Amino acid sequence: MDFCACLEIIRNVERTAESQAECAAVLWGKSLSLKKACAIAGVAESRLGVVPDSTVLTLQAEAFAAALADAGLEKSDVDGVLVSGAWGRLPQLQICEYLGIQPKYADSTSVGGASFEFHLGHAAAAIQARLCKVAVILYGSTQRSKQDKYIFQIRNDLGYQYEAPYGLPTPVGAYALAASRHFAEYGTTSEQLADLAVSTRAWAGLNPKAYRRDPLTRDEVLDSGMIASPLHRLDCCLFTDGGGAVVVVSPDVAKTLDKPPVWLLGQGESLSHAQISEMPDLTVTPASESGKRAFEMAGVSHDQIDVTEIYDSFTITVLLTLESLGFCKPGEGGAFLANGRTGPGGEFPLNTNGGGLSYCHPGQYGIFLIIEAVRQLRGECDARQVADAVLALISGTGGVLSSNSTCILGLE
Amino acid sequence: MAEETQAIDPDGDPYWQGAAEGELRYRKCGACDASIFYPRSICPKCGATDPDWAVSKGEGSVYACSTVHRAPPAFADNAPYTVLLVDLDEGFRMMGGLVGTEAIAVGDRVTVTFQDGPNGRPAPYFTPA
Repeated sequence: MDFCACLEIIRNVERTAESQAECAAVLWGKSLSLKKACAIAGVAESRLGVVPDSTVLTLQAEAFAAALADAGLEKSDVDGVLVSGAWGRLPQLQICEYLGIQPKYADSTSVGGASFEFHLGHAAAAIQARLCKVAVILYGSTQRSKQDKYIFQIRNDLGYQYEAPYGLPTPVGAYALAASRHFAEYGTTSEQLADLAVSTRAWAGLNPKAYRRDPLTRDEVLDSGMIASPLHRLDCCLFTDGGGAVVVVSPDVAKTLDKPPVWLLGQGESLSHAQISEMPDLTVTPASESGKRAFEMAGVSHDQIDVTEIYDSFTITVLLTLESLGFCKPGEGGAFLANGRTGPGGEFPLNTNGGGLSYCHPGQYGIFLIIEAVRQLRGECDARQVADAVLALISGTGGVLSSNSTCILGLE
Repeated sequence: MAEETQAIDPDGDPYWQGAAEGELRYRKCGACDASIFYPRSICPKCGATDPDWAVSKGEGSVYACSTVHRAPPAFADNAPYTVLLVDLDEGFRMMGGLVGTEAIAVGDRVTVTFQDGPNGRPAPYFTPA
Protein backbone atom coordinates (compact mmCIF):
# COMPACT_ATOMS: atom_id res chain seq x y z
CA MET A 1 0.00 0.00 0.00
CA ASP A 2 1.37 3.41 -0.84
CA PHE A 3 0.93 6.69 0.93
CA CYS A 4 -1.97 7.84 -1.25
CA ALA A 5 -3.87 4.59 -0.67
CA CYS A 6 -3.32 5.21 3.02
CA LEU A 7 -4.84 8.62 2.75
CA GLU A 8 -7.85 7.13 0.98
CA ILE A 9 -8.41 4.77 3.85
CA ILE A 10 -8.04 7.48 6.46
CA ARG A 11 -10.35 9.84 4.61
CA ASN A 12 -12.85 7.92 2.59
CA VAL A 13 -13.39 4.32 3.57
CA GLU A 14 -14.76 2.79 6.67
CA ARG A 15 -11.75 2.23 8.85
CA THR A 16 -11.15 -1.25 10.16
CA ALA A 17 -8.51 -2.24 12.70
CA GLU A 18 -6.74 -4.08 9.91
CA SER A 19 -6.65 -1.15 7.50
CA GLN A 20 -5.55 1.16 10.30
CA ALA A 21 -2.65 -1.14 11.18
CA GLU A 22 -1.60 -1.29 7.56
CA CYS A 23 -1.74 2.50 7.39
CA ALA A 24 0.35 2.82 10.52
CA ALA A 25 3.02 0.58 9.00
CA VAL A 26 3.18 2.78 5.93
CA LEU A 27 3.08 6.07 7.79
CA TRP A 28 5.62 5.23 10.47
CA GLY A 29 7.59 2.53 8.72
CA LYS A 30 9.32 4.88 6.28
CA SER A 31 9.76 8.60 6.04
CA LEU A 32 7.50 10.43 3.66
CA SER A 33 9.08 11.93 0.58
CA LEU A 34 8.05 14.70 -1.76
CA LYS A 35 9.81 13.03 -4.67
CA LYS A 36 7.58 13.39 -7.74
CA ALA A 37 4.72 14.59 -5.55
CA CYS A 38 4.26 17.43 -8.03
CA ALA A 39 5.42 18.71 -11.39
CA ILE A 40 6.03 22.18 -12.72
CA ALA A 41 3.73 22.71 -15.68
CA GLY A 42 4.13 26.39 -16.52
CA VAL A 43 6.56 29.24 -15.95
CA ALA A 44 6.74 32.88 -17.05
CA GLU A 45 8.24 36.25 -16.27
CA SER A 46 6.44 39.56 -16.56
CA ARG A 47 8.20 42.44 -18.30
CA LEU A 48 11.55 42.93 -16.56
CA GLY A 49 14.08 45.68 -16.03
CA VAL A 50 12.54 49.15 -15.81
CA VAL A 51 8.74 48.94 -16.13
CA PRO A 52 7.37 52.33 -15.05
CA ASP A 53 3.82 51.71 -16.35
CA SER A 54 3.18 48.92 -13.87
CA THR A 55 2.31 48.06 -10.29
CA VAL A 56 3.19 44.98 -8.25
CA LEU A 57 -0.28 43.70 -9.10
CA THR A 58 -0.15 44.25 -12.87
CA LEU A 59 3.29 42.59 -13.11
CA GLN A 60 2.08 39.54 -11.21
CA ALA A 61 -1.08 39.35 -13.30
CA GLU A 62 1.08 39.49 -16.43
CA ALA A 63 3.27 36.62 -15.26
CA PHE A 64 0.27 34.66 -13.94
CA ALA A 65 -1.57 34.75 -17.26
CA ALA A 66 1.54 33.84 -19.23
CA ALA A 67 2.45 30.94 -16.92
CA LEU A 68 -1.08 29.51 -17.10
CA ALA A 69 -0.97 29.74 -20.89
CA ASP A 70 2.43 28.03 -20.85
CA ALA A 71 0.90 25.20 -18.80
CA GLY A 72 -2.26 25.00 -20.88
CA LEU A 73 -4.47 25.59 -17.84
CA GLU A 74 -7.24 28.06 -16.98
CA LYS A 75 -7.57 30.40 -14.04
CA SER A 76 -10.49 28.31 -12.83
CA ASP A 77 -8.12 25.34 -12.41
CA VAL A 78 -6.07 27.17 -9.78
CA ASP A 79 -6.88 26.12 -6.22
CA GLY A 80 -3.62 26.97 -4.44
CA VAL A 81 -1.66 30.25 -4.25
CA LEU A 82 1.77 30.81 -2.71
CA VAL A 83 3.20 34.32 -2.40
CA SER A 84 6.06 35.94 -0.57
CA GLY A 85 4.83 39.49 -0.85
CA ALA A 86 7.10 41.98 0.90
CA TRP A 87 5.33 44.61 -1.20
CA GLY A 88 2.24 45.57 0.75
CA ARG A 89 -0.22 45.06 3.53
CA LEU A 90 -1.54 41.48 3.58
CA PRO A 91 -0.11 40.81 0.11
CA GLN A 92 -1.57 37.31 -0.15
CA LEU A 93 -5.09 38.68 0.19
CA GLN A 94 -4.43 41.55 -2.22
CA ILE A 95 -3.09 39.43 -5.06
CA CYS A 96 -5.74 36.70 -4.70
CA GLU A 97 -8.45 39.36 -4.75
CA TYR A 98 -6.91 41.08 -7.79
CA LEU A 99 -6.70 37.82 -9.74
CA GLY A 100 -10.13 36.69 -8.57
CA ILE A 101 -9.01 33.48 -6.92
CA GLN A 102 -10.35 32.05 -3.67
CA PRO A 103 -7.72 29.39 -3.07
CA LYS A 104 -8.28 26.27 -0.97
CA TYR A 105 -4.62 26.33 -0.04
CA ALA A 106 -2.60 29.47 0.72
CA ASP A 107 1.01 29.87 1.86
CA SER A 108 2.74 33.18 2.52
CA THR A 109 6.13 31.90 3.65
CA SER A 110 8.35 34.96 3.37
CA VAL A 111 11.99 34.34 4.17
CA GLY A 112 13.61 36.65 1.62
CA GLY A 113 14.66 35.79 -1.92
CA ALA A 114 14.62 32.03 -1.26
CA SER A 115 10.89 32.05 -0.47
CA PHE A 116 9.90 30.55 -3.82
CA GLU A 117 12.04 27.44 -3.38
CA PHE A 118 10.35 27.02 0.00
CA HIS A 119 7.01 27.47 -1.79
CA LEU A 120 7.85 24.72 -4.26
CA GLY A 121 8.37 22.25 -1.41
CA HIS A 122 5.26 23.45 0.39
CA ALA A 123 3.17 23.18 -2.79
CA ALA A 124 4.42 19.61 -3.25
CA ALA A 125 3.42 18.72 0.32
CA ALA A 126 0.00 20.32 -0.11
CA ILE A 127 -0.58 18.51 -3.40
CA GLN A 128 0.57 15.21 -1.90
CA ALA A 129 -1.89 15.71 0.96
CA ARG A 130 -4.57 16.50 -1.64
CA LEU A 131 -5.19 19.95 -0.28
CA CYS A 132 -4.94 21.36 -3.81
CA LYS A 133 -4.15 20.25 -7.37
CA VAL A 134 -2.96 23.34 -9.21
CA ALA A 135 -0.88 25.77 -7.17
CA VAL A 136 0.60 29.02 -8.47
CA ILE A 137 3.70 30.65 -6.99
CA LEU A 138 3.81 34.41 -7.61
CA TYR A 139 6.11 37.37 -7.19
CA GLY A 140 6.29 40.95 -8.43
CA SER A 141 8.23 44.09 -7.60
CA THR A 142 8.42 47.64 -8.90
CA GLN A 143 11.36 48.53 -6.64
CA ARG A 144 13.30 50.11 -9.52
CA SER A 145 10.58 52.35 -10.95
CA LYS A 146 9.06 53.26 -7.60
CA GLN A 147 12.51 53.54 -5.92
CA ASP A 148 11.21 51.36 -3.11
CA LYS A 149 14.30 50.74 -1.03
CA TYR A 150 12.68 49.12 1.97
CA ILE A 151 15.29 46.39 2.03
CA PHE A 152 18.05 48.96 2.52
CA GLN A 153 16.51 50.68 5.53
CA ILE A 154 18.41 50.25 8.77
CA ARG A 155 16.03 49.06 11.46
CA ASN A 156 16.57 49.91 15.09
CA ASP A 157 14.22 47.67 17.01
CA LEU A 158 14.13 44.19 18.56
CA GLY A 159 17.15 42.13 17.53
CA TYR A 160 18.26 44.78 15.02
CA GLN A 161 19.02 47.41 17.69
CA TYR A 162 22.40 45.78 18.43
CA GLU A 163 23.61 46.23 14.85
CA ALA A 164 21.89 49.53 14.05
CA PRO A 165 24.52 51.94 15.47
CA TYR A 166 27.28 50.77 13.12
CA GLY A 167 25.88 51.74 9.70
CA LEU A 168 26.31 48.40 7.97
CA PRO A 169 24.48 48.77 4.63
CA THR A 170 21.94 45.95 4.28
CA PRO A 171 22.18 43.49 2.69
CA VAL A 172 25.53 44.15 0.94
CA GLY A 173 27.50 44.81 4.16
CA ALA A 174 26.52 41.46 5.66
CA TYR A 175 27.70 39.63 2.54
CA ALA A 176 30.90 41.69 2.62
CA LEU A 177 31.56 40.49 6.16
CA ALA A 178 31.11 36.88 5.03
CA ALA A 179 33.49 37.48 2.11
CA SER A 180 36.08 39.02 4.43
CA ARG A 181 35.96 35.90 6.59
CA HIS A 182 36.27 33.55 3.60
CA PHE A 183 39.17 35.60 2.18
CA ALA A 184 40.99 35.46 5.54
CA GLU A 185 40.31 31.81 6.23
CA TYR A 186 41.00 30.40 2.76
CA GLY A 187 42.88 33.00 0.73
CA THR A 188 39.98 33.57 -1.65
CA THR A 189 40.50 36.61 -3.89
CA SER A 190 38.49 39.41 -5.48
CA GLU A 191 39.75 38.17 -8.86
CA GLN A 192 38.06 34.81 -8.32
CA LEU A 193 34.76 36.49 -7.42
CA ALA A 194 35.11 38.80 -10.42
CA ASP A 195 35.45 35.79 -12.71
CA LEU A 196 31.98 34.64 -11.66
CA ALA A 197 30.54 38.04 -12.57
CA VAL A 198 32.28 37.80 -15.96
CA SER A 199 30.96 34.26 -16.66
CA THR A 200 27.45 35.21 -15.58
CA ARG A 201 27.52 38.22 -17.89
CA ALA A 202 28.56 35.96 -20.75
CA TRP A 203 25.39 33.89 -20.17
CA ALA A 204 23.36 37.11 -20.09
CA GLY A 205 24.78 37.95 -23.50
CA LEU A 206 22.94 34.87 -24.80
CA ASN A 207 19.63 35.81 -23.15
CA PRO A 208 17.57 38.46 -24.98
CA LYS A 209 15.66 39.21 -21.76
CA ALA A 210 18.77 40.03 -19.72
CA TYR A 211 19.16 43.59 -18.47
CA ARG A 212 22.93 43.85 -18.97
CA ARG A 213 24.33 41.96 -21.95
CA ASP A 214 27.61 43.67 -22.90
CA PRO A 215 30.68 41.51 -22.26
CA LEU A 216 32.47 42.21 -19.01
CA THR A 217 36.13 41.83 -18.03
CA ARG A 218 37.72 40.94 -14.71
CA ASP A 219 39.36 44.39 -14.54
CA GLU A 220 36.02 46.12 -15.09
CA VAL A 221 34.64 44.31 -12.05
CA LEU A 222 37.70 45.14 -9.93
CA ASP A 223 37.60 48.80 -11.06
CA SER A 224 33.85 49.24 -10.56
CA GLY A 225 34.28 50.91 -7.18
CA MET A 226 34.23 49.48 -3.68
CA ILE A 227 30.81 49.32 -1.99
CA ALA A 228 31.75 47.49 1.21
CA SER A 229 35.12 45.79 1.14
CA PRO A 230 35.85 43.34 -0.33
CA LEU A 231 32.74 43.63 -2.54
CA HIS A 232 32.75 45.94 -5.58
CA ARG A 233 29.75 47.37 -7.36
CA LEU A 234 29.83 44.59 -9.98
CA ASP A 235 29.96 41.91 -7.27
CA CYS A 236 26.40 43.06 -6.49
CA CYS A 237 23.15 42.11 -8.18
CA LEU A 238 21.00 44.40 -10.30
CA PHE A 239 18.17 46.51 -8.90
CA THR A 240 15.23 46.01 -11.29
CA ASP A 241 11.48 45.65 -11.56
CA GLY A 242 9.93 42.35 -12.51
CA GLY A 243 7.58 39.52 -11.71
CA GLY A 244 7.32 35.81 -12.17
CA ALA A 245 4.88 32.92 -11.87
CA VAL A 246 5.27 29.16 -11.58
CA VAL A 247 2.39 26.69 -12.01
CA VAL A 248 2.77 23.53 -9.90
CA VAL A 249 0.42 20.60 -10.52
CA SER A 250 -0.41 17.14 -9.22
CA PRO A 251 0.87 14.10 -11.15
CA ASP A 252 -2.70 13.46 -12.36
CA VAL A 253 -2.99 16.94 -13.85
CA ALA A 254 0.56 16.79 -15.28
CA LYS A 255 -0.34 13.75 -17.39
CA THR A 256 -3.12 15.66 -19.16
CA LEU A 257 -0.92 18.56 -20.37
CA ASP A 258 0.95 19.05 -23.63
CA LYS A 259 4.36 20.15 -22.40
CA PRO A 260 6.60 17.61 -20.67
CA PRO A 261 6.26 17.87 -16.88
CA VAL A 262 9.31 18.96 -14.92
CA TRP A 263 9.25 16.91 -11.72
CA LEU A 264 10.29 17.98 -8.27
CA LEU A 265 12.65 15.17 -7.29
CA GLY A 266 14.00 16.57 -4.05
CA GLN A 267 13.62 19.59 -1.82
CA GLY A 268 15.11 20.70 1.46
CA GLU A 269 14.88 23.92 3.44
CA SER A 270 16.65 25.47 6.38
CA LEU A 271 16.63 28.69 8.40
CA SER A 272 19.76 29.87 10.17
CA HIS A 273 19.44 33.42 11.55
CA ALA A 274 17.97 36.86 10.83
CA GLN A 275 21.00 39.11 11.15
CA ILE A 276 24.60 38.52 10.20
CA SER A 277 26.05 38.79 13.72
CA GLU A 278 23.94 35.74 14.63
CA MET A 279 25.23 33.51 11.80
CA PRO A 280 27.15 30.65 13.42
CA ASP A 281 29.86 30.33 10.72
CA LEU A 282 30.03 33.01 8.03
CA THR A 283 31.51 30.56 5.52
CA VAL A 284 28.77 27.91 5.82
CA THR A 285 25.24 28.78 4.71
CA PRO A 286 21.96 26.96 5.52
CA ALA A 287 22.36 25.38 2.05
CA SER A 288 24.53 22.78 3.81
CA GLU A 289 21.39 21.48 5.56
CA SER A 290 18.82 22.00 2.83
CA GLY A 291 21.12 20.63 0.13
CA LYS A 292 21.71 17.42 2.05
CA ARG A 293 17.95 16.91 2.36
CA ALA A 294 17.30 17.67 -1.31
CA PHE A 295 19.98 15.26 -2.58
CA GLU A 296 18.82 12.53 -0.21
CA MET A 297 15.20 12.87 -1.33
CA ALA A 298 16.09 12.93 -5.03
CA GLY A 299 18.52 10.03 -4.70
CA VAL A 300 20.98 11.61 -7.12
CA SER A 301 24.60 12.68 -6.76
CA HIS A 302 26.34 15.98 -7.49
CA ASP A 303 28.02 14.77 -10.67
CA GLN A 304 24.63 13.87 -12.19
CA ILE A 305 23.43 17.50 -12.14
CA ASP A 306 23.47 18.96 -15.66
CA VAL A 307 22.64 22.61 -14.94
CA THR A 308 22.74 24.64 -11.74
CA GLU A 309 20.93 27.85 -10.83
CA ILE A 310 22.25 29.43 -7.61
CA TYR A 311 20.95 32.62 -6.02
CA ASP A 312 23.45 35.34 -6.91
CA SER A 313 22.54 38.40 -4.88
CA PHE A 314 26.31 38.86 -4.68
CA THR A 315 29.21 36.92 -6.15
CA ILE A 316 30.15 35.67 -2.67
CA THR A 317 26.63 34.21 -2.24
CA VAL A 318 27.30 31.77 -5.07
CA LEU A 319 30.73 30.74 -3.78
CA LEU A 320 29.45 30.04 -0.27
CA THR A 321 26.36 28.20 -1.54
CA LEU A 322 28.36 25.93 -3.87
CA GLU A 323 30.68 24.98 -1.01
CA SER A 324 27.79 24.45 1.39
CA LEU A 325 25.98 22.26 -1.14
CA GLY A 326 29.11 20.14 -1.48
CA PHE A 327 29.94 20.87 -5.13
CA CYS A 328 33.45 21.60 -3.86
CA LYS A 329 35.23 21.44 -0.53
CA PRO A 330 35.23 24.34 1.95
CA GLY A 331 37.76 26.88 0.75
CA GLU A 332 37.83 25.62 -2.84
CA GLY A 333 34.98 27.82 -4.09
CA GLY A 334 37.31 30.49 -5.43
CA ALA A 335 39.14 28.09 -7.71
CA PHE A 336 35.82 26.46 -8.65
CA LEU A 337 34.49 29.76 -10.04
CA ALA A 338 37.67 31.13 -11.61
CA ASN A 339 38.67 31.33 -15.26
CA GLY A 340 35.28 30.91 -16.88
CA ARG A 341 34.53 27.41 -15.54
CA THR A 342 30.88 28.38 -14.98
CA GLY A 343 30.32 30.34 -18.20
CA PRO A 344 28.97 29.26 -21.60
CA GLY A 345 31.00 26.26 -22.80
CA GLY A 346 32.52 25.79 -19.33
CA GLU A 347 32.43 22.51 -17.46
CA PHE A 348 29.88 23.69 -14.87
CA PRO A 349 26.97 25.61 -16.47
CA LEU A 350 25.79 28.01 -13.76
CA ASN A 351 23.15 30.75 -13.74
CA THR A 352 22.46 30.31 -17.41
CA ASN A 353 19.95 33.16 -17.70
CA GLY A 354 22.55 35.71 -16.61
CA GLY A 355 21.51 35.57 -12.97
CA GLY A 356 20.65 38.29 -10.53
CA LEU A 357 23.98 39.82 -11.47
CA SER A 358 23.08 40.52 -15.13
CA TYR A 359 19.54 39.33 -16.07
CA CYS A 360 17.20 40.81 -13.46
CA HIS A 361 16.88 41.17 -9.69
CA PRO A 362 13.61 42.62 -8.43
CA GLY A 363 14.35 42.27 -4.71
CA GLN A 364 13.44 38.61 -4.23
CA TYR A 365 15.03 36.73 -7.10
CA GLY A 366 14.33 33.07 -6.26
CA ILE A 367 11.34 32.59 -8.55
CA PHE A 368 13.57 33.21 -11.58
CA LEU A 369 15.82 30.28 -10.59
CA ILE A 370 12.83 27.96 -11.01
CA ILE A 371 11.78 29.56 -14.30
CA GLU A 372 15.23 29.14 -15.86
CA ALA A 373 15.73 25.58 -14.61
CA VAL A 374 12.37 24.52 -16.10
CA ARG A 375 13.19 26.13 -19.46
CA GLN A 376 16.61 24.44 -19.55
CA LEU A 377 15.08 21.02 -18.85
CA ARG A 378 12.42 21.58 -21.51
CA GLY A 379 15.10 22.60 -24.01
CA GLU A 380 13.60 26.05 -24.58
CA CYS A 381 16.74 28.14 -24.09
CA ASP A 382 18.02 28.62 -27.66
CA ALA A 383 21.53 30.10 -27.67
CA ARG A 384 22.08 29.46 -23.96
CA GLN A 385 20.68 25.93 -23.94
CA VAL A 386 22.74 23.40 -22.00
CA ALA A 387 22.75 20.31 -24.22
CA ASP A 388 20.79 17.26 -23.03
CA ALA A 389 19.99 18.70 -19.60
CA VAL A 390 17.80 16.27 -17.67
CA LEU A 391 18.65 17.16 -14.06
CA ALA A 392 18.76 20.69 -12.63
CA LEU A 393 19.59 21.98 -9.17
CA ILE A 394 18.34 25.31 -7.87
CA SER A 395 19.30 26.85 -4.56
CA GLY A 396 17.71 30.01 -3.18
CA THR A 397 19.23 32.16 -0.46
CA GLY A 398 17.26 34.78 1.46
CA GLY A 399 17.99 37.55 3.93
CA VAL A 400 21.66 37.82 4.83
CA LEU A 401 22.61 34.18 4.13
CA SER A 402 19.70 33.53 6.50
CA SER A 403 17.45 31.06 4.70
CA ASN A 404 17.99 28.47 2.02
CA SER A 405 15.88 26.06 0.07
CA THR A 406 17.39 23.74 -2.50
CA CYS A 407 15.35 21.86 -5.11
CA ILE A 408 16.35 19.20 -7.60
CA LEU A 409 14.23 19.07 -10.75
CA GLY A 410 14.18 16.46 -13.47
CA LEU A 411 12.42 15.30 -16.61
CA GLU A 412 11.75 11.81 -15.26
CA MET B 1 15.13 58.05 16.44
CA ALA B 2 14.31 59.80 19.72
CA GLU B 3 10.91 58.18 20.09
CA GLU B 4 12.47 54.72 19.88
CA THR B 5 14.56 55.32 22.99
CA GLN B 6 11.35 55.87 24.95
CA ALA B 7 9.88 52.47 24.14
CA ILE B 8 10.27 49.88 26.87
CA ASP B 9 12.36 46.88 25.85
CA PRO B 10 13.19 44.52 28.73
CA ASP B 11 15.85 42.79 26.55
CA GLY B 12 17.65 45.91 25.41
CA ASP B 13 17.23 48.50 28.15
CA PRO B 14 19.67 46.95 30.68
CA TYR B 15 22.21 46.53 27.87
CA TRP B 16 22.05 50.18 26.79
CA GLN B 17 22.05 51.27 30.43
CA GLY B 18 25.27 49.26 30.81
CA ALA B 19 26.77 50.98 27.77
CA ALA B 20 25.96 54.36 29.34
CA GLU B 21 27.84 53.22 32.46
CA GLY B 22 30.83 51.89 30.47
CA GLU B 23 29.90 48.22 30.83
CA LEU B 24 29.50 45.66 28.03
CA ARG B 25 26.68 43.49 29.33
CA TYR B 26 25.64 40.10 28.02
CA ARG B 27 23.64 37.22 29.48
CA LYS B 28 24.73 33.89 30.83
CA CYS B 29 22.49 30.81 30.94
CA GLY B 30 22.18 29.39 34.46
CA ALA B 31 21.23 25.97 33.09
CA CYS B 32 23.75 25.28 30.29
CA ASP B 33 26.35 28.03 30.94
CA ALA B 34 26.04 29.42 27.39
CA SER B 35 27.08 33.05 26.86
CA ILE B 36 24.13 34.76 25.20
CA PHE B 37 24.27 37.70 22.80
CA TYR B 38 22.25 39.60 21.87
CA PRO B 39 20.59 39.70 25.29
CA ARG B 40 17.22 37.92 25.39
CA SER B 41 14.81 36.35 27.82
CA ILE B 42 15.42 32.73 26.75
CA CYS B 43 18.59 30.76 26.15
CA PRO B 44 18.88 30.08 22.38
CA LYS B 45 21.03 27.01 23.12
CA CYS B 46 18.97 25.06 25.68
CA GLY B 47 15.70 26.96 26.01
CA ALA B 48 16.01 27.79 29.70
CA THR B 49 14.31 31.06 30.56
CA ASP B 50 15.50 34.16 32.41
CA PRO B 51 19.29 33.90 31.98
CA ASP B 52 21.56 35.93 34.29
CA TRP B 53 23.20 39.21 33.32
CA ALA B 54 27.00 39.33 33.18
CA VAL B 55 29.66 41.92 32.34
CA SER B 56 32.27 41.25 29.65
CA LYS B 57 35.91 42.34 29.97
CA GLY B 58 35.45 43.73 26.47
CA GLU B 59 38.42 41.95 24.92
CA GLY B 60 38.22 39.83 21.82
CA SER B 61 39.32 39.04 18.26
CA VAL B 62 38.05 40.32 14.94
CA TYR B 63 35.99 37.53 13.30
CA ALA B 64 35.09 39.51 10.17
CA CYS B 65 35.41 43.12 9.00
CA SER B 66 34.26 45.35 6.17
CA THR B 67 35.07 48.92 5.30
CA VAL B 68 31.94 50.68 4.10
CA HIS B 69 32.41 53.07 1.16
CA ARG B 70 28.77 53.43 0.02
CA ALA B 71 27.05 54.18 3.30
CA PRO B 72 23.35 54.40 4.14
CA PRO B 73 22.20 58.07 3.98
CA ALA B 74 22.32 58.64 7.76
CA PHE B 75 25.95 57.49 7.85
CA ALA B 76 27.19 59.02 4.58
CA ASP B 77 29.21 61.80 6.23
CA ASN B 78 31.34 59.26 8.11
CA ALA B 79 32.30 57.03 5.17
CA PRO B 80 34.58 55.24 4.78
CA TYR B 81 34.30 53.48 8.14
CA THR B 82 34.82 49.93 9.30
CA VAL B 83 32.28 47.53 10.80
CA LEU B 84 33.46 44.51 12.77
CA LEU B 85 32.15 41.22 14.03
CA VAL B 86 34.07 40.55 17.24
CA ASP B 87 34.40 37.25 19.11
CA LEU B 88 34.55 38.26 22.78
CA ASP B 89 36.74 36.14 25.06
CA GLU B 90 33.68 35.15 27.13
CA GLY B 91 32.37 33.19 24.15
CA PHE B 92 29.89 35.40 22.32
CA ARG B 93 29.98 37.35 19.07
CA MET B 94 28.70 40.87 18.43
CA MET B 95 28.82 43.61 15.83
CA GLY B 96 30.74 46.79 16.58
CA GLY B 97 32.25 49.84 14.91
CA LEU B 98 35.98 50.36 14.64
CA VAL B 99 37.12 53.65 16.17
CA GLY B 100 39.33 55.54 13.73
CA THR B 101 40.67 54.53 10.33
CA GLU B 102 43.61 52.32 11.28
CA ALA B 103 43.97 49.18 9.18
CA ILE B 104 42.45 46.13 10.84
CA ALA B 105 42.33 42.49 9.82
CA VAL B 106 40.52 39.29 10.71
CA GLY B 107 42.19 37.80 13.79
CA ASP B 108 43.40 41.13 15.23
CA ARG B 109 42.82 41.70 18.95
CA VAL B 110 40.49 44.55 19.92
CA THR B 111 39.20 46.17 23.11
CA VAL B 112 35.80 47.71 23.73
CA THR B 113 35.31 51.44 24.22
CA PHE B 114 32.09 53.42 24.47
CA GLN B 115 31.06 56.43 22.43
CA ASP B 116 27.82 58.03 21.37
CA GLY B 117 26.10 56.21 18.52
CA PRO B 118 24.08 57.89 15.76
CA ASN B 119 21.03 58.25 18.03
CA GLY B 120 23.08 60.02 20.71
CA ARG B 121 23.02 57.01 23.00
CA PRO B 122 26.36 55.49 24.12
CA ALA B 123 27.18 52.26 22.27
CA PRO B 124 30.09 49.82 22.30
CA TYR B 125 32.86 50.36 19.70
CA PHE B 126 36.27 48.75 19.43
CA THR B 127 39.89 49.88 19.19
CA PRO B 128 42.92 47.75 18.25
CA ALA B 129 44.39 46.22 21.44
